[in-house]
Amino acid sequence: MFYRETGQYRTDYASDQQILNLPQDKWAMALLLAVAFLVVPLLINDYWANAILLPFLIYSMAALGLNILTGYCGQVSLGTGGFMAVGAYAAYKLMTAFPGLDLTIVVLFAGFVTAAVGTVFGLPSLRIKGFYLAVATLAAQFFLVWLFNKVPWFFNYSATGMISAPARTAFGLEVSGPQAPIWAKYLFCLTLVTVFALIAKNITRGRIGRMWMAIRDMDIAAELIGVRPLWSKLSAFAVSSFYVGMAGAMLFAVWLGAVEPTEAFGITVSFNVLFMVIIGGLGSILGSFLGAGFLVLLPILLKSVLVGGLAMTVATAKHVELVLLGSLIILFLIAEPHGLNRLWQITKEKLRLWPFPY
Amino acid sequence: MYDAVYPFLIEPFAKMWTDMPLFFAETVISGVMAGVMYSLVALGFVLIYKASGIFNFAQGVLALFAALTLTGIMDNFGAPGWLAIILTVAIMFGLAWLIQKLVFNHLINQEPIILFMATLGLAYFLEGAGDIMWGSDVKVVNLGIPQGASQWLLDGPGLYVEKLEIVAAVTAAILVTALTIFFQKTRIGRALRAVADDHQAAMSVGISLEKIWIVVWAVAGLVALVAGIMWGTKSGVQFSLSLIALKALPVLILGGFTSVPGAIVGGLIIGVGEKIAEVYWGPALGGAIENWFAYMLALAFLLFRPQGLFGEKIIERV
Amino acid sequence: MMMKKIATGLGAVALTAGLLAGTALAAELTVPSLVYRTGPYAPNGIPFANGYADYFNLLNARDGGIEGSKVNLVECETAYNTQQGVECYENTKGQGTGALMYQPLSTGITYQLIPKASVDKIPVFSMGYGRTSAANGKIFEWVFNFPATYWDQASVFVKYIGEKEGGMENLKGKKIALVYHNSAYGKEPIRTLEKLSEKHGFSLQLLPVDHPGQEQKSTWLQIRRERPDWTLMWGWGVMNQVAIKEAASIGYPMDHFIGVWWSGSENDVLPAGDAANGYLSGTFHGSGTDFPVHADIMKHVYDAGSGAGDKDRIGEVLYNRGLIAAAWQAEAIRTGMKMHSTDSPTAAQVRDGFENLNVDEARLKELGLEGFTIPITITCANHGGPGKVFLQQWDAGAKKWNKVTDFYDADREVVDALIAEDSGAYAKENNLTPRDCG
Repeated sequence: MFYRETGQYRTDYASDQQILNLPQDKWAMALLLAVAFLVVPLLINDYWANAILLPFLIYSMAALGLNILTGYCGQVSLGTGGFMAVGAYAAYKLMTAFPGLDLTIVVLFAGFVTAAVGTVFGLPSLRIKGFYLAVATLAAQFFLVWLFNKVPWFFNYSATGMISAPARTAFGLEVSGPQAPIWAKYLFCLTLVTVFALIAKNITRGRIGRMWMAIRDMDIAAELIGVRPLWSKLSAFAVSSFYVGMAGAMLFAVWLGAVEPTEAFGITVSFNVLFMVIIGGLGSILGSFLGAGFLVLLPILLKSVLVGGLAMTVATAKHVELVLLGSLIILFLIAEPHGLNRLWQITKEKLRLWPFPY
Repeated sequence: MYDAVYPFLIEPFAKMWTDMPLFFAETVISGVMAGVMYSLVALGFVLIYKASGIFNFAQGVLALFAALTLTGIMDNFGAPGWLAIILTVAIMFGLAWLIQKLVFNHLINQEPIILFMATLGLAYFLEGAGDIMWGSDVKVVNLGIPQGASQWLLDGPGLYVEKLEIVAAVTAAILVTALTIFFQKTRIGRALRAVADDHQAAMSVGISLEKIWIVVWAVAGLVALVAGIMWGTKSGVQFSLSLIALKALPVLILGGFTSVPGAIVGGLIIGVGEKIAEVYWGPALGGAIENWFAYMLALAFLLFRPQGLFGEKIIERV
Repeated sequence: MMMKKIATGLGAVALTAGLLAGTALAAELTVPSLVYRTGPYAPNGIPFANGYADYFNLLNARDGGIEGSKVNLVECETAYNTQQGVECYENTKGQGTGALMYQPLSTGITYQLIPKASVDKIPVFSMGYGRTSAANGKIFEWVFNFPATYWDQASVFVKYIGEKEGGMENLKGKKIALVYHNSAYGKEPIRTLEKLSEKHGFSLQLLPVDHPGQEQKSTWLQIRRERPDWTLMWGWGVMNQVAIKEAASIGYPMDHFIGVWWSGSENDVLPAGDAANGYLSGTFHGSGTDFPVHADIMKHVYDAGSGAGDKDRIGEVLYNRGLIAAAWQAEAIRTGMKMHSTDSPTAAQVRDGFENLNVDEARLKELGLEGFTIPITITCANHGGPGKVFLQQWDAGAKKWNKVTDFYDADREVVDALIAEDSGAYAKENNLTPRDCG
């Protein structure tokens, strides 16, 4: 009733090709962006930023990256943690080597370095498929983390191998280091994520994205109609790693400020990002955000309810949290195997008809 | 140039030569033994993947859960070992039934990655449930499995072999034999192979898929119990036990997801390979290389055989 | 993007829940306790958390808190994970009248909190772990890591070895191996040991073990081949138990195997049974329940039914470590309260308390901890305390740890130089000017 397409005609190609071609969608998006960019920075506090919003934005970026590879190109990867580490260490080396460099450039450059590394580790995908590839990408995960933990050049010969982010600016605002104002950190991440989500959306609905999807749906058939598997798969690895690398750089430089590779970029991170992509919806940009939101927020929410609301001891709460998280994941998969994105689409369908379901 | 290559290309072999025969033999034997321990975990993966196409990431947690239940029954109710094992087996069978009824019956015909994700949910669930029931302290497995170096070999030829690992190797051999007999000779085993070959064909001759899958999960639970006992004896039963799944993955891709002998041979190759790499190349590279080396080794094998050593050949049709 | 709205909404719920819990308990001393009772390191985290909680409960039950103000202990579960630690920090720092101090209980989380807490002006007490160079109070104003650091400990071990070998000059040509957890924590002692090996002429063999460390065959095969005269271990969690078992089965002499103080609890040696007999570890406090404070805990906490853990496990090494951490903290808070004559101190006043902390023999006796540990005096420049460590040895028959040496002084010449170097590098990286300590 309130949300309908009837009577809204698209009269030229330009309007037909818009990402959001309903006024309602446009307004909703504009409102959302206005709130995110203008209202939230005024209200934000340390807890919201550090425990909820920054991890949400950064994991969204990582999930976007993995979704390009897994959701659009069909190559399952468990090396996300390792690639995030590449981004983080590239950022660290750049930040310490060129103190005057704008952090935006640092993050972008960290993305490019990761893209190069990702392409190299993507080479086996030309021969190995499915879960075999997933497990093979674990080689990248373990090797990269080992490398950053072992070679002192990467952590500037510090005593323990921990790296900490010095204070750096982006567009004249301080966004890394402990003194940086929290809203600046938030806006920095939000801007990058918004811009790159838009870019991802456009790549995936363009020629390259279609190429990837052809490879995903059946690579032999795609090859027969003239899609080059070598180029498609490697480009997917490169673009995906670019995003994941930026996420790693932001995670280190903006959010955490100090990391050690074995823990911050361990195998659990790889699994978590894969969960986000699957729960959110494979092959969907919105899904990456939904999945990241789900997995960042749900544990915090469960914890608050169990510890704060039901007054459980923290240990019991943690165990119950695991049980509930596991059950919820399974329930979600049973209810909607195509992820939260699909649920959202169904809701939109329903809204279109509401309140007269015919 | 010479200095740069020496520690990688020459020194390790020189050391191997001087270590001959005893120490080198020890390295290989410990590799074989470690490999057997990995195989025990990999076996569970293979069984489930073969019969249902589910990549069961919960296998590691299943081993933890089984070991926790076993020690829990023994410590809290003072049950003797044999009784506790029987009870645990019964619980694992019940768990298999629940998993099939509550989870996978609702996920029939879903994509493999969704099924994989469901097993991860299952892993979370079991992890939390195991801890709620039995607590997170380290528990000791008191089944009287011999431990420590075998004095007989140490005093005689001076060879160092761990007793627990001999037990594990023998157990693995018995387990594989039993499984082979089960698959080849029993009615249900044959049905299981039929399901593994072709779901539709199996259904059309009247095999109940659901029943077979319950059996498979039950057998995987049993294998998990054996793995849990062995690893639990080695390091105490605690949360870390669930992480052994990560050591089983390279074994799995090397041997092929669908092959029981593959899990064993893969385990041996990975075990021996990583031990030799760590002992001889580790010092030059700064150590702790065995984790990624195992994956790299498996990857190298995959480049030649993308379906693993013993996996079924992947035939693609348009 | 739509999700963000929902996300914000959910966040609001989470936050309100947190705030509600906080407001009801104002005008108390809020002490957050970052614990890990779950996850791969839970077996080590639980006893520490229990000792920590029991001591504060004892103060509340027996003395009505510290100087009349009740302690509100806020536990938050980190699972030894840095990201969850950050969430815990942000969640607890505003509770009640504001968190007074943090005991992060993980090297990773400590590194996280060092810059953050300095900006938020909340002291961090990383007791014997975390960033070693934080001992330099001129640069790390808000961080305390007394009574001794990993570097102190590494040098003490070398001293002990020298003594056993009949003099430091006999170390020349000896071989010492270090088996370490391949993480920031495990790598801490390497630099110190390298310096010491130059100084004394022993050779050092480094053997990293990856997390979690269930499979260490290749490490111990190398030890079996190289046969180092002494083996040191910087391990944690399951790695300790496996290492001790492996050492026993290759027949390595246990009294030449020394663990760091995180590798020397009952959990680590019990699974190895009799084979662990004679294993050594560093520590700075007593074990067992033969101290008056334990009797008080029994009477006021456990008999009242509010004990945090199992009655039988009071007095374990890690339990006692949690207890002494809590005791020093309580004393620091007390000192701060007295200095500023207030019954609800701020975090900055507690920091002053830490910096003027003086727990001498007499005070230890009053606390029911006579002979439990060393007297501590903290100053503006020295946040690392006396840097003394002693060794304890496991008696597998009696199932208890025995103190086998006196307190050793660290090799200050080597350790202080390293601390100055590392803290200087930190100051330079972050543009800090060392403060003047008079």
